Amino acid sequence: MPDRVGELAAGDGLALLRTMWQIRVFEERVGELTRADEVHGLVHLSIGQEAVAAGVCGLLRDDDVAYSGHRAHGHAIAKGAPPGLVMAELMGREDGLCRGLGGSMHLVDAAHGFYGATGVVGGNVPLALGSALAGRLRGGDQVAVVFFGDGAVQGGIFVESVNLAALWGVPLILVCENNGFAEFTPRSAHTNVERVSDVVAPYGVERDTVDGNDAAAVREAFAAFLAAARAGGGPMLLECLTHRLRGHYEGDPDRYRTLVAADEWQELDPIRRLERRGGADGWLDDAARAEIEEDARTAVDEAAAFARASPFPPAALVTGLVYAA
Amino acid sequence: MTQTTYLGAITSTLAAAMRADERVLVLGEDVAEGGPWGATAGLVDEFGADRVRNTPISEAAICGVAIGAAQSGLRPVVEIMFIDFLTLALDQLVNQAAKAHAMSGGQLTVPLVVRTQGGAGQRGGAQHSQSLEAWLVHVPGLKVVMPSTAADAGALLAASLADPGPVVYVENKSLYFRREDVDDVAPPVPLGRARTVRRGRDVTVVALSRLVEESLAAAEALAADGIDVEVIDPRTLVPLDLETIVESVRRTHRLVVAHEAVTQGGFGAEVAAQVQAAAFDELDAPVVRVGAPFAPVPFSPPLEDAYLPNRDDVAAAVRSLAGART
Repeated sequence: MPDRVGELAAGDGLALLRTMWQIRVFEERVGELTRADEVHGLVHLSIGQEAVAAGVCGLLRDDDVAYSGHRAHGHAIAKGAPPGLVMAELMGREDGLCRGLGGSMHLVDAAHGFYGATGVVGGNVPLALGSALAGRLRGGDQVAVVFFGDGAVQGGIFVESVNLAALWGVPLILVCENNGFAEFTPRSAHTNVERVSDVVAPYGVERDTVDGNDAAAVREAFAAFLAAARAGGGPMLLECLTHRLRGHYEGDPDRYRTLVAADEWQELDPIRRLERRGGADGWLDDAARAEIEEDARTAVDEAAAFARASPFPPAALVTGLVYAA
Repeated sequence: MTQTTYLGAITSTLAAAMRADERVLVLGEDVAEGGPWGATAGLVDEFGADRVRNTPISEAAICGVAIGAAQSGLRPVVEIMFIDFLTLALDQLVNQAAKAHAMSGGQLTVPLVVRTQGGAGQRGGAQHSQSLEAWLVHVPGLKVVMPSTAADAGALLAASLADPGPVVYVENKSLYFRREDVDDVAPPVPLGRARTVRRGRDVTVVALSRLVEESLAAAEALAADGIDVEVIDPRTLVPLDLETIVESVRRTHRLVVAHEAVTQGGFGAEVAAQVQAAAFDELDAPVVRVGAPFAPVPFSPPLEDAYLPNRDDVAAAVRSLAGART
């Protein structure tokens, strides 16, 4: 898909770029720390898909609720989760977002409306519907967003939830990151339906498919849905065609697909693309670009240092939070 | 005193909660029509379709919607029409609702009540008659409630609605329509407190749901033979009031656990294990379990009647222990 040439204000472009750099550098560091056995467990990176998190979450308020799946670091950070708290969580430390009880696939930052990741593919889609319903019933204009991959769409819970959301007309925006692979298998081997947006068509769900590596396009399409949802519409589905640069998980030998060549990636990389646009539009020069990257690197250094300095949680925490008091 | 039914107590408790707290809403299949037994009858007239929401036959999504709504500040009550269909919602209940609070480091809470009903005896066949409470007891984060009387049905539902976490409230279809006198102003019943239904010296019977009444009937029959049975209804399986059970065993030294679910892997095994760990020296004989055979509930009426644990099974278990001596 060609770049969309809609309006992108300089401030918005810079904000998108900052968020994408923050996620990129953060996740590169998470990959290194995973190999160094400082970050633990199953780790799924979203490097290459940052435009979706940035384009969507940059428009949300703290009282809008966002949910995600197992590839969620970027969504949490874009929604406002402090990188130090995310990193501490990935390292299993007490100062982590979830006090070390959640981990990579279960990040939650309730203060910023990130109600969380889930390790069960598709599992959070109905929860987002419930949060959207709660917002509507309480008379607010909050929306709920759920990020999921194309692999989630073939599950029954997805269809049940889409049907119910459409029936009730709740302010839910479904954001599909279609990277073409469900774990290790191309979409074509799992379903005859190429476009996720076509799956929801019979339910009357408003839908759009955009180039998910074009941050401006994601932002523009999402902004239209968001305005409609705040005004009483919904649900909608935004399908973002994107590419996962790294394996399904850290350590995945990635033998099931042809890797993108480095020069080709320069063309596809959502960060480079936005930078080229910023240069062409005149809101980004080399100095500003370098400063954004440097700020992101400083922030991740600080995040890692904060996480390392945090202790592991006390054993009593394991049974202390089983039931809410 | 007022006469009511188990079902009537549920309906009136739901209505009272909805009147007192606008965050309470009811979701489920046919709930606006009252459901198959009428547990939610009339609620839509008083509270409207926004708060008494009919859903498609989508148990997993219903449960997930309720979890999300609970995390976002509402207090949903989900009706899963038969506990047999809770299987379809277990991913949501086990992986999302039960774990949300702990897994988020305490950030999220899920004040959710899942009402469902189990039990056989109505020729429903193997997929509409099960007793699956033991599965739920195995999941950290879920509380599990099983009332056996109308009074407890109301009081425990009120306690469940007030709880900050997910509670599965398991009704029994065979108890719905029996009439009972209840106090007009009943004291609240906290989750985790057992009720000693009958005092006795010789054998303790811990019974769940429909088996409480069966155990009482057994106790009356055994009294004629000079065997004095104590009957305890735990009322909530999680949290379990082990103290009341152990205190009883310290007096009787003999324990029977009776439920309608299959014996294998049933809640009786958990009670037996906890009691022997707490008071092994007090037991004069092995704990005896009463439950259904390890087979799907049969359909044919004489087969189903024979399959169901009843007062005779409890009485036989008690007699097997009553002869045991130190």
